[in-house]
Amino acid sequence: MAKGILGKKIGMTQIFTPEGESIPVTVVEVEPNVVVQKKSNEVDGYTAYQIGFGKVKEKNVTKPVKGHFTKAGVALKRYLREIQFDSEYNVGDEISIDIFEPGEKVDVVGTSKGKGYAGTIKRWNFHRGPMAHGSKFHRAPGSLGSVDPARVFKGKKMSGRMGGERVTIQNLEVIRVDVERNVILIKGSIPGPNKGIVFIRNAVKVS
Amino acid sequence: MNIIDQIEREQMRDDLPEIAIGDTVAVHYKVVEGGKERIQIYEGYVMRLQHGGIRETMTVRKLSHGVGVERTFPIHSPKIAKIQVIRHGDVNRAKLYYLRGTVGKKARIREKNVY
Repeated sequence: MAKGILGKKIGMTQIFTPEGESIPVTVVEVEPNVVVQKKSNEVDGYTAYQIGFGKVKEKNVTKPVKGHFTKAGVALKRYLREIQFDSEYNVGDEISIDIFEPGEKVDVVGTSKGKGYAGTIKRWNFHRGPMAHGSKFHRAPGSLGSVDPARVFKGKKMSGRMGGERVTIQNLEVIRVDVERNVILIKGSIPGPNKGIVFIRNAVKVS
Repeated sequence: MNIIDQIEREQMRDDLPEIAIGDTVAVHYKVVEGGKERIQIYEGYVMRLQHGGIRETMTVRKLSHGVGVERTFPIHSPKIAKIQVIRHGDVNRAKLYYLRGTVGKKARIREKNVY
């Protein structure tokens, strides 16, 4: 079962079950996605659906992109993504959040929060040296390897840019699907800042 | 109103009494024991209130067999059957941490006259 949808992360809260347990949930707003293009085996060599999501002002869209939407006969959308679906759709169809049901497992893909230039302790979970007792070794990375190769090996864990990369969190449970408000509640946390766009798809590894 | 507020407000209880710091309250808490549900009453004074919509909690302190016991309840939890305010307390603090180290006369809370 391949299916997916684009949404906007709103934030986190908690939900009480009737038994009184509280479940941490992330709220994702999913306005209906629109099919903008159908990729076919004959023309493109593979099959997929290009879906659009989000509002955009007309003045911020270039003419070629505008033409792409005019050809499909749909309103302008901010984001375009290709998704594979098992079920059939036509260009202009709306994909709503009701493709998911409560209790289902999903994977959520997003862009993690940027952490900037981070040291080895934050980025790779290195250990810290003593902060006192005469120690001058605090947060430095330490040795970069042996002397013999006379170089530093590729892939050596060092400081650098952290975050802002594509992150997938697998097997999250759908707690509630609210079609009226176009909102889905997913158990646990998902990548990215609030208002960031996330891609929700069916869980690939279903146990 | 934003979506999270809406979702939280739907679950929040409106059947709770007004609770203030220093009040003596009896919390009727549902406990499941051996498949059977019964109600346990926990009585003490409100030492701390932490607001935050659906996450609002109340810490109730009491002396049980000479040992101080503090218990924190999420007040919008469905496990709470009812909260009774037995006595209104008159205190000058928002958090009654100073009562932790006190016993006897010092540990008293004046009653507030509610007109």
